[in-house]
Amino acid sequence: MRSRKKKRLSLLACGMLALAGAAALTLSAFEDNIVFFHGPTEVVQKDIPLDRRFRLGGLVQEGSVEKVGDGATVTFKVTDGANAVPVRYRGILPDLFREGQGVVTHGSLNRQGVFVADEVLAKHDENYMPPEVAQALKKSGRWEGDGPIPGAAEADAADTDAINGKSGLDTSYTN
Amino acid sequence: MSTQAAAPRKTRSLHRFANPGRFLRLADATLPWLWMACALALAVGLVGAFTAPVDYQQGASVRIMYVHVPAAWLAMFTYTTIAVASAVALVWRHPLADLAARAASPVGASFTLLCLVTGSLWGKPMWGTWWVWDARLTSVLVLFFLYLGHMAIANAFDDAGRGRRAAAILALVGFVNVPIIKFSVDWWNTLHQTASVSRIGAPAIHSSMLWPLLTMALGFTLFFAAILLVRMKNELLGQRLRNLRAASLQRRGEPGAAATGQPAHAES
Repeated sequence: MRSRKKKRLSLLACGMLALAGAAALTLSAFEDNIVFFHGPTEVVQKDIPLDRRFRLGGLVQEGSVEKVGDGATVTFKVTDGANAVPVRYRGILPDLFREGQGVVTHGSLNRQGVFVADEVLAKHDENYMPPEVAQALKKSGRWEGDGPIPGAAEADAADTDAINGKSGLDTSYTN
Repeated sequence: MSTQAAAPRKTRSLHRFANPGRFLRLADATLPWLWMACALALAVGLVGAFTAPVDYQQGASVRIMYVHVPAAWLAMFTYTTIAVASAVALVWRHPLADLAARAASPVGASFTLLCLVTGSLWGKPMWGTWWVWDARLTSVLVLFFLYLGHMAIANAFDDAGRGRRAAAILALVGFVNVPIIKFSVDWWNTLHQTASVSRIGAPAIHSSMLWPLLTMALGFTLFFAAILLVRMKNELLGQRLRNLRAASLQRRGEPGAAATGQPAHAES
């Protein structure tokens, strides 16, 4: 009776182990297809053929957003700190789009090396806080926030506890 | 064999809680408290969610988080529960474990659906899209299909025992998906942001927003525990009713009637 249970248990353990191994191998083999977007450095280093559609993700470079011509087209640069790729997009931008904000764009490179996007999605980071706290963090220079803060009232209401407690605040783009 | 003499006693101690009568009494005693605690946690959590400050970037849309995140946590927690219960059912043939696994799966499917729908509603205003095929969103959709498959396969066999075993194996195989969901945002580039609460160092979420979130999560967990007990109780009472019906039919002398009634816990 006990030995049968032990046998079933070891069979189960072996099965789960084999399954986990198979899953790990499969996922690492398909890694290139599972990533949702590629960073600017990858795009610059890899020789991606023209007109091949892919997603480019990164931060919108500060001071790079410009409206051109008809007013509906914008150009900006997507950066990861090391490299930047110019992007042209015609359409409506999401509410969260602003300089310093993470974005994922879908399109292809043209002959001039400009990424022509037909879709721009905003990517927000994992930080959640009230506007006053964000304001206070910026004021104290512990964190360089991104873009304008909507509805930020007084920085006096600053929650200093929050500032001290938040060691992990960084806007660095870890992807 | 010398172990044979000790075996029955050992079995009895292991299966102490497998006694359906004892389980029903325990469930009846704990359920009122569970429901009360659940109502309290959800009430406090909801008040907290609506009075919490707006987010510095997302504004009031951030309130979707107080439903979306607990639903996502419970979707994974429920699947983990099912996997553990299935392992116990397969290895130790504990009858209540089987019951728990099958009772939990529609609840888990509901949590997953709630997570997907609220996530979609949140994604449109924030990201600019209802849905993308990134690793996090896709793996959660796979979790939803696993739940549906588990529910379907448990009832797909004429022989209830075979159905239960097939469902338990499916649940264990599908468990590979749970760590994939959890770490998808770390392993690959995704549109979905990385974890805010369960990360190394301080949570990246302000305390005024963290406590309503955790209270809601507690409320969701208590709801899961209570609804699981109710569903298991319901199934046990249904089995008992079927047995009584079969016994009374047999007493009236209808041949063949006894064959349809399944003896409860024949395996234990």
